[in-house]
Amino acid sequence: MTLPLVDLRQLLPELIVTGTAIVVLAWALFLPVPRQQPLRWLAAGGVGAALIATVMLGTQSTSAFAGMYARDALTQVLQATALVAALLALGLSGDYVSRTRFDGGEFYGLVLFAALGAMLMAASTDLLMLFVGFETLSIPLYVLAAFARSDQRSQEAGLKYFLLGAFSTAFFLYGIALLFGATGSTALGSLAARVGAPTTIFHAGIALLTVGLAFKAAVVPFHFWVPDVYEGAPLPVTAYMSVIAKIGAFAAMLRVFVGALALQAAQWAPLLAAASVLTMVLGNLAALRQTSIKRLLAYSSIAHAGYILTGVVAGTPAGASAVAFYLVAYTFMTLGAFGVVLMLQRQGHEADQIADLTGLAWRSPALGAAMTLFMVSLAGFPLTVGFLAKFYVFTAVLDRGQVGVAVIGLLTSVVSAYYYLRVAYTMFIGQPSADIEYVGGRWVTAALVVCAAGVLGGGLFPARLTAFVQQVAQVLR
Amino acid sequence: MTGAPLLSGLIFLPLAAAMIVLWLDRQRVGAMFTVALAGMGAALVVACVLFARFDSATAALQFVERTPWTGGIDYAIGVDGISLPLVMLTAVILPLALLSAWGSVHERVKEFIVSLLALETALLGTFLASDLILFFVFWEAVLIPMYFIIGLWGGLRRAYAAIKFILYTMTGSALMLVAIIVLSVQGTAQLGTRTFDVVALRTVHVAMPLQGYLAAAFALAFAIKVPVWPLHTWLPDAHVEAPTAGSVVLAAVLLKMGAYGFLRFLLPLFPQASLQFAPVMSVLAIIGILYGGIVSWAQRDVKRLVAMSSVSHLGLVTLGAFAFTVEAVHGSLLQMVNHGLSTGGLFLLVGVLYDRTHSRQLDDYGGVAALMPRFAPLALFGRPRATLSRPSAASFCRRSTCCGCIRE
Repeated sequence: MTLPLVDLRQLLPELIVTGTAIVVLAWALFLPVPRQQPLRWLAAGGVGAALIATVMLGTQSTSAFAGMYARDALTQVLQATALVAALLALGLSGDYVSRTRFDGGEFYGLVLFAALGAMLMAASTDLLMLFVGFETLSIPLYVLAAFARSDQRSQEAGLKYFLLGAFSTAFFLYGIALLFGATGSTALGSLAARVGAPTTIFHAGIALLTVGLAFKAAVVPFHFWVPDVYEGAPLPVTAYMSVIAKIGAFAAMLRVFVGALALQAAQWAPLLAAASVLTMVLGNLAALRQTSIKRLLAYSSIAHAGYILTGVVAGTPAGASAVAFYLVAYTFMTLGAFGVVLMLQRQGHEADQIADLTGLAWRSPALGAAMTLFMVSLAGFPLTVGFLAKFYVFTAVLDRGQVGVAVIGLLTSVVSAYYYLRVAYTMFIGQPSADIEYVGGRWVTAALVVCAAGVLGGGLFPARLTAFVQQVAQVLR
Repeated sequence: MTGAPLLSGLIFLPLAAAMIVLWLDRQRVGAMFTVALAGMGAALVVACVLFARFDSATAALQFVERTPWTGGIDYAIGVDGISLPLVMLTAVILPLALLSAWGSVHERVKEFIVSLLALETALLGTFLASDLILFFVFWEAVLIPMYFIIGLWGGLRRAYAAIKFILYTMTGSALMLVAIIVLSVQGTAQLGTRTFDVVALRTVHVAMPLQGYLAAAFALAFAIKVPVWPLHTWLPDAHVEAPTAGSVVLAAVLLKMGAYGFLRFLLPLFPQASLQFAPVMSVLAIIGILYGGIVSWAQRDVKRLVAMSSVSHLGLVTLGAFAFTVEAVHGSLLQMVNHGLSTGGLFLLVGVLYDRTHSRQLDDYGGVAALMPRFAPLALFGRPRATLSRPSAASFCRRSTCCGCIRE
């Protein structure tokens, strides 16, 4: 047997991330926990290098590993998004990790491996490759959720996430098995070729595959793990997993639905539309009554999964670029919101209650302004990137004449204004509690500045960002 | 049109002033107010230049500026006979509102000034935008500063009033956004390119049932903002709880956004549907006129009284907009400006009284004329409206109702 010839230059971003992760893990063995700062720089440098490599490699469509892996515009855009998310997550966690005396090497290594998983999902054109990416993304996140070893809530979150995640993986794998049975191949291209004669097995396979992806993306009715896991996991982990899992899952959905199954849209679009409507309604309504900022952002993450899913429902290249744009926007605004919370501490613990933000804007006006910006953007007000993200997905949906989804989506975003603005409002009234301590830190500040710049820049001068993500449409045309 | 981008200058001068205010030390209250006043004054000067150079012989948009933004959206602004009076109104009222806050707002002065400046930019943008999405952007951008002005510097139930204000408006505008996009989808099919330009979209023909739905979505958004009865319930709360400057801007300018929307967008974009809606809208407007008048009769809270009378007056504006004659539209516009100036003034007077008496109850104002001899004639004469020292609100309501009818 001869090994297939692979141009490893195609894989440069993945190789850089993998290599960096391994070096970080190995080097950590020789560094005591308090002296692990260099690892942070190394991890950030690796992600930055991978980001540059992804962008430099261009959007020329090439494939590797016997058609299992593709490097094209969709790969480039979503890998870049995943890497930006990882970079911001490293920034957000930097000071938290030293504060809580986490084992930095392991932490950063796992962050990098999860990013690798999302990158592989974006690049996979074969169900098995997709599964490898899916697991590479999931397993580090299980571990990260349970990373605070002395905190029972974190342990519970990790276990819960792992058990439910294992189920979803089983669904996903079973779906792949059924599809293999129906088509005799695991290539995504063969799903498209199967269009002529769909069978029950084929449909069941697609359905199970979707369950797996919907679980990762936090789409209703596969969202039950989200609030508990988000609440229990350490803050930077919650921030990171709310973003990276969505990037991976929606990249896969674009490949499967908008790419391979484009001609069968009549069959899957109504189902996904129903799921997205349910997700938007339930996520937003449940968020109304939360008192913990982590749970609030958990339900907000569910709600946004619904908005992003509407872009998939459109099923058009424009819908796909809207999904990519939304993922970028979501990364900046959600990580930004978590970043503000990460700057605070309540008697040595996370300040994760909304009430902890009381009066904060008067103690630190910049922080108040930043949080207001992120909340306004999450609610989808204009002049922020959140508005344009919603504008693009709903334009894509309305282009296909699916008015119901757009109307419900925009009405639920009115509901969301209520709870997002309440968070912003809390920061401007009352006196800050003496328990709340401002910890800040250079790394989290830097990440926050980038997030705020992304939210504002993307909202006011979106031309470059739009042009970048619209490349996605080339692949799926 | 040659020379400097007049309209962009007008829109962004207040925002530029806001940036400078942000850099100033928060102890230097006088400096902050001066800078803000300078920004607003500069905007007023530009507005006057605009007024002087405006060509009233043409119906086309003037001083047009157009730059592509993203996804078919243009940064397209221009002024015509409908927007010009409202631009002038905004440029006049906002500095007055700012002056009313000088000395009466003591806490978080910097944030208040910045909110007011941002509000002016958003309002001017709303009245000048000729791209539907740009209009929507400014329309929604108005909400955020107003939310904070009511929510942070308002009365006791300010949090409730602020969120009620924002949720009411957003519900209407969410549907309007859907309608805008659907309209442009229709336009894309007929014109060949995606555009949200209001002039281009006027030429797009939308078949009737769909046109009706789109017009209904627009009408709902504007009717909430006007507010047309029975969608007015956010208004008394917002007015009562808002600080003086907030009430002034809310009554004088924000309410005109809805009426402006009727004249500028609803009627030209959906002529057929508007014609069908006219009876319903007129009936609602008349109910509003009478209801607002009667209810304001019974108010003891003077701010609530003015708020309810606004419902009545704006009913007149709506009635005029849906009468489909040139004179009626003129009347509407005139009524908008008059109402803006007089209600704005009235809220200023209420603010003066409130600062001195710390009461908004009409009963507490008995004999004010004796204590403030120069104030009373101002209240009577300067604003041809109610006499503040006597609770006889209905008289002026009836009178202006009659005036309105004659005007039409």
